[in-house]
Amino acid sequence: MSPETLSIFSPALAARFDALVSNYPVKRSALVPMLLYAQDEVGYLSDGVIAEIARRLGLTELDVRNVASYYSMLRFKPAGRYNIQVCTNICCMLRGAYELYDRFQEELNIGPHGTTPDGLFSLEEVECIGACSWAPAIQVNYSFHDELTPDLVAGILADYRAQAGVPTDRSSSVGWKAQAERTKEHA
Amino acid sequence: MPRLVSHPDEVKIVSRRFGQGAANIDRYIELGGYESVKKCLAQTPDWIVNEVKASNLRGRGGAGFSTGMKWSFVPKQSPKPKYILVNGDESEPGTCKDHLIFLHDPHAVIEGTIIAGLAVGAKTGFIYLRGEYRYLLEIVEKAVADAYARGFLGKNIFGSGTEFEIVTQTGAGAYEVGEESALMESLEGKRGIPRIKPPFPAVVGLYGGPTVINNAETIATVPHVIATGAAAYAELGTPRNGGTRLFCLSGHIQRPGVYELPMGYNLKKMIYEVGGGIANGNQLKAVVPGGSSTPVLRPEEIDIGMDFDQVGKAGSMLGSGGVVVIDDHTCIVEFALRTIGFYQHESCGWCIPCREGTDWLQKSLTRFHAGFGKAADIDNIQYLAENMLGRTFCPLGDAAAMPTIAFVKKFRKEFEDHLSGKPCPFAREGVPQLTVA
Ligand SMILES: Cc1cc2nc3c(=O)[nH]c(=O)nc-3n(C[C@H](O)[C@H](O)[C@H](O)COP(=O)(O)O)c2cc1C
Ligand code: SF4
Ligand code: FES
Repeated sequence: MSPETLSIFSPALAARFDALVSNYPVKRSALVPMLLYAQDEVGYLSDGVIAEIARRLGLTELDVRNVASYYSMLRFKPAGRYNIQVCTNICCMLRGAYELYDRFQEELNIGPHGTTPDGLFSLEEVECIGACSWAPAIQVNYSFHDELTPDLVAGILADYRAQAGVPTDRSSSVGWKAQAERTKEHA
Repeated sequence: MPRLVSHPDEVKIVSRRFGQGAANIDRYIELGGYESVKKCLAQTPDWIVNEVKASNLRGRGGAGFSTGMKWSFVPKQSPKPKYILVNGDESEPGTCKDHLIFLHDPHAVIEGTIIAGLAVGAKTGFIYLRGEYRYLLEIVEKAVADAYARGFLGKNIFGSGTEFEIVTQTGAGAYEVGEESALMESLEGKRGIPRIKPPFPAVVGLYGGPTVINNAETIATVPHVIATGAAAYAELGTPRNGGTRLFCLSGHIQRPGVYELPMGYNLKKMIYEVGGGIANGNQLKAVVPGGSSTPVLRPEEIDIGMDFDQVGKAGSMLGSGGVVVIDDHTCIVEFALRTIGFYQHESCGWCIPCREGTDWLQKSLTRFHAGFGKAADIDNIQYLAENMLGRTFCPLGDAAAMPTIAFVKKFRKEFEDHLSGKPCPFAREGVPQLTVA
């Protein structure tokens, strides 16, 4: 069997890795992107993911773990399907990020860095995400939501529940829809 | 999606294609795109370097080093390949301008990268975006692919016989990786630990080759410099501070947003006229003028021109262009604590003054803000921060110490108001108080 058929990654991701490795003068340069892309697909850096990336790049697993542990977006445990990252750094703090973070905890009934029992949402506080002039801002996985207020929280969660096909008794709040409309205008 | 703003005082150079669909290559060309690189292909490398030097363009990443000068340090002959590295790690709290450039004008970054390559004789450019900017990376990757398809990148760019390749790269979350040598480590697949300097990147950089590293805004400005001409560009700004820059107004300001203003624009005017003044009818307490690492200014200190030299003279720094406005309902101790919390979190841990210093500062400020501070702590915080200055391996240590010193020195009374078990004078009902674990 060729190594590729043993891959724990989808054929598309495996092909992406092959292309990635050929981009650089040094194969190892693909390491950080590979870790992140693998995490996007698998959900976290499992032992299997680490082993396979090490094999593909000709590195030791220890070396891969050593690099992976440096970067804050990389995780060794699963997160929720929608990982909510609330920026509480200075610009967001000044515009109510902690109030927002609190509301997420209340609505989800979980604490900081918690995951809902159904695995749908996880919540964490993060450092500046580069949306300071549109504070307070959050990222849900890679999607930005900005200029938020605590009253928009329920609507955001309802929209993600709907996206996941989870029935919800909460109707999507008008405020959130209005915000989405406004955003479209500026796109 | 970030909201775009505008103000009559703006001089739109770098932002002139924002909101006009210029991520599309045809639209970019329609709006004058890729003309500057063609112009440069007909010129010598020295001409390009001299043009950029004469424009007085200074790095938008924070330190404000002359871009043309930086390019001129790259040796003409090199046994190892040379590289252009575009720093799109944008992580300094208060800064969100590169975000807009990648979103609205990715081809300007590509065009600037090619021009930098022509200027120093590099055949490969890397565009590194922070991991959180995935949607922007996709936009940039599409733009790069389109440029290849047109023959603007590749073995024979614009049919000139010259080769230039661009590779995009994602980070995975780390402020320290924005530091130039740490960025190179990250791009080489390692932890983002900075390198010892000298040698400087212009001589020994990425993969050991001479490397120009510039901020994304700096690079995106280059095509405009070439198009406008160095003298005309320089004239927009102040002496030794050419052109315009993107200022990110945030915090307690009426109209937050990213505004492009001439270098040297008055800070007070920026806050009260461009930004519409302080939000909610409150009064101004303080301004952080150039991203979280720059020393805070008091209201009586903001009647200054926003260029590298004038802000420097006022005891702070122009930094990355993040202007954070703080109103009189804000607790400066809490603000200082949140600031140091960031640096403590982001310290790479390589050198002791930074690793231990940020940790101790955070602990002291946490205790202080919780009402358990002693009078001697105020001096201790200042003493500790002052002793980190200049004693760390990379500038992150200074970036943590400088704002802390300024908070204590300029707002000492607020620290004193927290003494002897008194509750935070700015505690708001129903609002959690910041206590970093
Ligand atoms: C801790 C630290 C973080 C930095 N982060 C960034 C960053 O996110 N983006 C950036 O362009 N420069 C950043 N810099 C500055 C870079 O080291 C470098 O000076 C800059 O990219 C050079 O580009 P310029 O000359 O165009 O400004 C950082 C520096 C330090 C010390
Ligand atoms: S100053 Fe801080 S970030 Fe820089 S090398 Fe030392 S520990 Fe790392
Ligand atoms: S401080 Fe929250 S996005 Fe920058």
